[in-house]
Amino acid sequence: MVPTEYYVLLSTVLFTIGVIGVLTRRSALVVFMSVELMLNSANLALVAFSRQWNHVDGQILTFFVITVAAAEVAVGLALLVGIFRTRRTTNVDEVNTMRG
Amino acid sequence: MNIWVRLITLLFVSLILFLATTTAFAYLTLFERRILARLQNRVGPNRAGPGGFFQPLADALKLFFKEEITPAQADKAVYTIAPALAMIPAIVLFAVIPFGAYLDLSFLLGEAARYVPIQLADVNVGVLFLLAVTSIGVYGVTLGGWSSNNKYSMLGGIRAAAQMVSYELALGLSILVAIMLTTTPTTQEAANASLCSLMFGQQPVAEISALSTCRIVESQGGWWNIFKPTGLLAFGIFWLASTAEVVRAPFDLVEAEQELVGGFNTEYSSMKFALFFMAEYIKLIAISAIGVVLFLGGWRGPGVDLLYSLGYPNVAGLVSLGYFLLKLIAFLFFSIWVRATLPRFKYNQLMDLGWKRLLPISLGLVAVTAVFAVVTQDMNPYIAGLFGGFRR
Amino acid sequence: MEIAFFIITALLTIGAAVAMVLSHNAVHSALWLVLNFFGVAVLYLLLNAPFLAMVQITVYAGAIMVLFLFVIMLLGSEQGQEEVNGLPWQTPVALVMGLLLVVMAGYALFFPGTPVPTTQTPNEIGAPDILARKLFSTYLLPFEITSVLLLVALIGAVVLTMKSREGDRV
Repeated sequence: MVPTEYYVLLSTVLFTIGVIGVLTRRSALVVFMSVELMLNSANLALVAFSRQWNHVDGQILTFFVITVAAAEVAVGLALLVGIFRTRRTTNVDEVNTMRG
Repeated sequence: MNIWVRLITLLFVSLILFLATTTAFAYLTLFERRILARLQNRVGPNRAGPGGFFQPLADALKLFFKEEITPAQADKAVYTIAPALAMIPAIVLFAVIPFGAYLDLSFLLGEAARYVPIQLADVNVGVLFLLAVTSIGVYGVTLGGWSSNNKYSMLGGIRAAAQMVSYELALGLSILVAIMLTTTPTTQEAANASLCSLMFGQQPVAEISALSTCRIVESQGGWWNIFKPTGLLAFGIFWLASTAEVVRAPFDLVEAEQELVGGFNTEYSSMKFALFFMAEYIKLIAISAIGVVLFLGGWRGPGVDLLYSLGYPNVAGLVSLGYFLLKLIAFLFFSIWVRATLPRFKYNQLMDLGWKRLLPISLGLVAVTAVFAVVTQDMNPYIAGLFGGFRR
Repeated sequence: MEIAFFIITALLTIGAAVAMVLSHNAVHSALWLVLNFFGVAVLYLLLNAPFLAMVQITVYAGAIMVLFLFVIMLLGSEQGQEEVNGLPWQTPVALVMGLLLVVMAGYALFFPGTPVPTTQTPNEIGAPDILARKLFSTYLLPFEITSVLLLVALIGAVVLTMKSREGDRV
């Protein structure tokens, strides 16, 4: 059996890659994907802990996270399409005014 | 059993399954061309071999020797893996499909082989596995269209993505109805060890998940799901949604020749094209097999149980396999018949049908099935079985 | 055996994540992310959570990433205006901070203050029926709330992408 620590370490590494992606990339799409990666790494840790404590709660929480991620993506991508329509760009640095 | 022996056995069975599927694909193309021809008052391919029997071979040979062209502006890596991405999910679907009951090979391989299932694997999330694999089938088509760097292909790819994601909902919900009609084993069934627990290890019958494909077929011993009122409606939805999911006529907008030249596979040639072609047909076989398992009683048919109880397990196993294949061929014939009959939908009609008709109907159907299952659970067992009444 | 399998999958997952961040083409990024999701699904299987593994593939790989691809292709923005980086100093800082986070987490994990109790007999907690029983009893309210959330997201997405018609005041 693989120790839980390994899973959590892997989860941390994935989370960090996600953070770096958010901070260094300028394309809103890739930033968005990096956020998904971070959510996913959190899920991995939850499932690992769920096995550690032999309790199903972690898996249920993961299930909810996946649902929320789906909702978030739907709205986020709709926003992106809206921004692209008016600004013709997906670069996060160029979207810096409050007016559309 | 030793883990390596098990692994090698599994690989060997997978190989057989793979070869069987590709052969089935080859002859499905011939079957389709002959039937289509007959439905259109033509003769169809009949020159290669007796009755055109070697036509698939000739086609394969021709495709092998075609020149392979990669468009200069294509995204090379994605262009190359796209056909494989279309093919793999189509084949993987067959892993959990029960083609028949079981064979008794104990005279050949010893006592361990008394119950050899005619199914590669049975997992407790079987139906979810099918849904998951179907849902990733969209990548091959979409990426093939995108990477060709051709606007017609791209339009085909975009259409594929939208269409498959839309129809997955109705597909999933109609499958859900079939699962709801799968009753939990009665105490009497639990006392006589169930077939599934005999074939796949000795887990207690009560713990076999209703998502296991083996269990779904087993529970259709009385009424097949298509003979149940809600099951019949669900089957209709399943058929429409699955036809859209495998982008076949009348929902084949992805490769509409008149508007998109050839759709997502316009820029593909030689073996890469052949792979797309194969994937399409194998997906059709797979989704038809899923339909047979979920609604048409899988391998069940008159006489199978009798033969088992009389003590001819091998005959019974082969008969059950025969029933399954018969139903599969009927299903495929129907699909070809529809292709020859109906014209292609328009894109807005396709989306309307998916989102405004099938989705609400199937959502309502799930609710109705649940209500019936609760209302009928204490009634006469026959009526309860007809409405999928679950037992506590 | 199991640990070797874990390490291979973990390396694949990390490699896919790194490639996702480094790719200059948004479609390639999306594909690497799909590979990453598959790796995580395999890890769920190793962790005795088959239901979640299937949900992961269906929802993440089969729906969310297809939506991503759809939007990328629709906008034709796969190359992006990537090279215009307004904050060039951010990259090295992010790398250093990220490395620091991993080191800290690793230290905290492998030199724990108090030993963590481990269960040596993992049972089938990930089986769909066990999960379902819990979901529809203890967690029924959150479950219903997520359905409302999904409905809100659905309406929000429709409103956001709706083209305003002539005479509408938006």
